[in-house]
Amino acid sequence: MTAPDRPIQPHHVAHHFGNAKQEFEAAKFGMWLFLITELLFFGALFVAYAVFRWKYPEMFVEAHRILSWKMGAFNTLVLIVSSFTIVMAVHAVQTNRQKMAQWYLGTTAALAGVFLVVKYFEYMEKIHHGYLPAKFFSGMGTSEHLHLFFGMYFTMTGIHGLHVVIGIGLILWLMRRNQKGHFYSGFFTPVEMVGLYWHFVDLVWIFLFPLFYLVG
Amino acid sequence: MSESTPATSNYLTVSTGWRSWLLTLDHKRIGIMYLVFIVLSFGLGGFFALALRLELLNPGKLLFTAKQYNQIFTLHGAIMTFLFIIPSIPASLGNFILPMQLGAKDVAFPRLNLASLYVYVLGACFCVYSMIAGAADTGWTFYTPYSSTTSTSVISMTLGAFILGFSSIFTGLNFIVTIHKLRPPGMTWFRMPLFTWSLYATAIIQVLATPVLGITILLLVLERLVGIGIFDPALGGDPVLFQHFFWFYSHPAVYIMILPAMGIMSEVVTAFSGRKIFGYRLIALSSLAIAIISFLVWGHHLFVSGQSDYAAVIFSFLTYLVSIPSAVKVFNWVATMYRGSIDLRAPFLYFLAFLFMFCVGGFTGVMLASLSLDVHLHDTYFVVAHFHYVMVGGTTIAFISGLHYWWPKMIGKMYSEFWAFVAWAFIMVGFNMTFFTQFLLGSKGMPRRYYNYLDQFQPLHAFSTSGTWVLAIGFLIMAFYLIDSILNGPPAPDNPWGARTLEWQSQSPPITENFVDTPVIASEPYDYTGARS
Repeated sequence: MTAPDRPIQPHHVAHHFGNAKQEFEAAKFGMWLFLITELLFFGALFVAYAVFRWKYPEMFVEAHRILSWKMGAFNTLVLIVSSFTIVMAVHAVQTNRQKMAQWYLGTTAALAGVFLVVKYFEYMEKIHHGYLPAKFFSGMGTSEHLHLFFGMYFTMTGIHGLHVVIGIGLILWLMRRNQKGHFYSGFFTPVEMVGLYWHFVDLVWIFLFPLFYLVG
Repeated sequence: MSESTPATSNYLTVSTGWRSWLLTLDHKRIGIMYLVFIVLSFGLGGFFALALRLELLNPGKLLFTAKQYNQIFTLHGAIMTFLFIIPSIPASLGNFILPMQLGAKDVAFPRLNLASLYVYVLGACFCVYSMIAGAADTGWTFYTPYSSTTSTSVISMTLGAFILGFSSIFTGLNFIVTIHKLRPPGMTWFRMPLFTWSLYATAIIQVLATPVLGITILLLVLERLVGIGIFDPALGGDPVLFQHFFWFYSHPAVYIMILPAMGIMSEVVTAFSGRKIFGYRLIALSSLAIAIISFLVWGHHLFVSGQSDYAAVIFSFLTYLVSIPSAVKVFNWVATMYRGSIDLRAPFLYFLAFLFMFCVGGFTGVMLASLSLDVHLHDTYFVVAHFHYVMVGGTTIAFISGLHYWWPKMIGKMYSEFWAFVAWAFIMVGFNMTFFTQFLLGSKGMPRRYYNYLDQFQPLHAFSTSGTWVLAIGFLIMAFYLIDSILNGPPAPDNPWGARTLEWQSQSPPITENFVDTPVIASEPYDYTGARS
């Protein structure tokens, strides 16, 4: 264990907890419960996906060709690397290397930004060709229900994208607090919690990518 | 019974000014604020109930147009469900009592707890806005495709429910973590009071089911705004998918309503029988059993919506299963009273009311779970009467019982037993006049949610409507004597009922951190040996 890189502001355990360990475990357990609610939130969307895939399999075959699997694959890679960098950020604060943690957090946020930029170009291309949810759909295609696919595509990737935006906000907040010396080997709860959240966001994408881009 | 400890300060007097309330992190103050909002919501929902029953006094138009009538029953349902009954017991009494029963200083995440209150208020604002801006007329179930096409303000009402869902999730999440992580030394799982057990089972449902309602509402809003089409048959979508999604939440939500009520009943029956609860472990575990089965029964709302016959048979069978853990509780309560030393005070009177009315609601629930009968009774007043017997006769009555039981602890004042008895009598008579009549109406074929009806139903409708007035008088009497007790009531002793759970060991009202010393728990709850002869 090295000495901290920068002046530390020691953490005080909240009055209703007996000790720091109890506080940390409560936070972690609460975070897992929150992720379970997220899982069920997305779960219903995946059920809707399954229903329509079973109803109109040929429509999905046609629709997935319209999406660019290369862009999707690139974004998958970006998010997997970002999951790695945030793990390294957690490890860095645990071992009192705040400067390195700052660097890893910054990289994670930047990768999340790259993901959104790629997504922006993908969206613009679909919108340009009229591949939109049902009410606005004017795209070319032979399947009758192509608009349903794009309704779900924009809903699911849109809600996922919103989670990415929130993740960037959280990481920037962590960087601000890390700058002030709030995190050190004795207290790193927020970094670990945002890390868990970020892994979840990545995991959702890892399911979205094959279901929309690859399944034919 | 123990005497009052000389109180120097308590959670009500420790700090003053509106800021000390609005920014408080004390679970007790948050519980009290929740209580105020929940009672106001109940008043609002009750007002709409009186209005819609009044309209049904005669066939044809009395006061409102058909569209206004549709809006009134929608507002009644949505307000009573999302603003009153789902948060009622967990967020108010649960927030106040759970950490105390556990022997903890607060819930695990006090700031999240306060946030849940503000999220609740925000959601309520959306609902009130919807009320003013062309109230929704879809019924509280928001079924597609009607909800995606009607011109009334469905979006603001459903977004209100969406936001209220987060409030419910926050409370549930907080309770689960509190129970897992904040139990003091000696408080093992099977030493936890049964109200806490029931809140634990409730919290599991809140955390697992509510997100599905959230996404369902979001899809409905998207359907209206950008027409994604997944619920629209004209675009290849499936309106029944909405019903599956909706009931995947809303059926477990029924157990969010009834489980904490059962928890209160377990506390009250043992305290006023002066006898150890019969079958403690079975009551505790039956709460979990109900929570698990609750996720597997949603299809019984879709018996006539075109789901497959095989699915319907399985859902019917699974619905029967719920009656087993429910009956386990009822039998254990009755067995607890046997050879007990029964003290017929207000909370226990409501327990007796619950026992009777919950059984009526439960038995008619089993009837409705049977396929052949449900096809006949589906969407009639029989269903309306059934769920009002469970939701009002069960949950609301238990909420009132719990309110009277913990009132001395929460407020530090005693209320008038005489007027409590009078109010109880009015509520019992009024409730049964209103809703037993509706069983008869439903079995004769009166459909629910209809603005107009055949002349032959008029006497029964009129009788049901007059019952609502008796019921309203009962609630008004209650409001008066409870407010009077705050102003003029005698101070409450620490343990007025001689109850055994931990919350009664603190002073009335409790200090901010509940207990002077962290309690050490050495025995099971409900040990009444040598308490009363």
